[in-house]
Amino acid sequence: MIDKRVKGPGEAVADIPDGATVMIGGFGEAGSPVELIHALIDRGARDLTVISNNTGSGEVGLAALLKADRLAKVVCSFPRTANSTVFPDLYRRGKIELELVPQGTLAERIRAGGAGIPAFYTPAAVGTPLAEGKESRVFDGKEYLLERWLRADFALIKGQCADTHGNVVYNKTARNFGPIMAMAAKVSIVQVRSVVSPGEIDPEVVVTPGIFVDRVVEVPNPAHESELVAAGASYP
Amino acid sequence: MTNTEEIGWSRDEMARRLAVDIPDGSYVNLGIGIPELVARFVPEGRTLIYHTENGLLGMGPSPEKGAGDPELINAGKRQVTALAGAAYFHHADSFAMIRGGHIDLCVLGAMQVACNGDLANWSTGEPDAIPAVGGAMDLVAGVKSVYVITQHCTKTGEPKLVERCTYPLTGRGVINRVYTELAVIDVTPAGFEVVELCPGVEFEYVRERTGAPLRRR
Repeated sequence: MIDKRVKGPGEAVADIPDGATVMIGGFGEAGSPVELIHALIDRGARDLTVISNNTGSGEVGLAALLKADRLAKVVCSFPRTANSTVFPDLYRRGKIELELVPQGTLAERIRAGGAGIPAFYTPAAVGTPLAEGKESRVFDGKEYLLERWLRADFALIKGQCADTHGNVVYNKTARNFGPIMAMAAKVSIVQVRSVVSPGEIDPEVVVTPGIFVDRVVEVPNPAHESELVAAGASYP
Repeated sequence: MTNTEEIGWSRDEMARRLAVDIPDGSYVNLGIGIPELVARFVPEGRTLIYHTENGLLGMGPSPEKGAGDPELINAGKRQVTALAGAAYFHHADSFAMIRGGHIDLCVLGAMQVACNGDLANWSTGEPDAIPAVGGAMDLVAGVKSVYVITQHCTKTGEPKLVERCTYPLTGRGVINRVYTELAVIDVTPAGFEVVELCPGVEFEYVRERTGAPLRRR
């Protein structure tokens, strides 16, 4: 019998060790798995490498994980937010390594990781400072850069609903990196508002098939970053 | 060479001028800032489908107060709506639309545009700047036409249309056309070429404020 439910966010992240590479879903606050990130702060793992599009807002969620000094490196496309100084402070003090990746290249490197494709060529960033040190090749008269896959030990993802087999559907633009990160991590952990029995999600609408998901955690009323920030919250 | 904003089109008029040039039925990605204004001025009778790279085709205007969903946002992380016929998708699909040449037009802001079509719009390259690139490099590499909408000069009066970009590049030879408050300017194999002047603006006035040779069509 397959039942991928775990009891809570704490249990879901309890085996994430120091030095792990963790993909964290979300674009801005949409799809950011706030409860799983806070559980990871409680867990205390250090020297993490986080792969995520942004670096969080205020002092909650991803920004709180950064502020707690748990990250050695971020792989990211847009580490700047109007309402958070956590990442800029760490970066300017030389406390964190940044690998800056164009957003589409970041997505495709993750997708490639999940699909077993170790490298691919892309036209993005040709002729720019982000091409420095990268192999390039001309195909049909146009130049492309060689980019490597990204894989992770764990992925933390926010969905809307999952069944106990790990089939996931998402809410609107919160889908963003969830489906590809679920594919690219050894252990994919998804928090959802509700967990249902197999058969309750129409197979025609499943977005992430359960084969890509290892753990499902029910978080019925997830916090939204913008509401936490507006309330002046910080974590812990 | 000061305050060019008093002469020429307003920001809304620039956006309206650009919107007139977008064919009916186009799939369009609008950048953050002045580009966002373009959506307000689409001529009657045309339907455009807006793509936002975080994962939505068929993006509509901001929601009524209190009716939004924090998980329905645009690339600028502001709440938006999804129109009838909209579709959600994940990031790899979204950038397949971009890189794969499926988006007809994108409209971006700029720090500098060079007369060979080079664009710089993501970083000043200063040592303490926090580098953040987002999807701009993918957009300019894959979208069929890339337009820039921008003030003709910086706030301190420096030309933004230049011979060579001095800021770090977003892409090489990627810009097709530039809309400023003074003129509509094409990037051609022979350099910048004025397509249309804002009424009341003289060619010489534009030429003096452009950091590269400028021709008339």
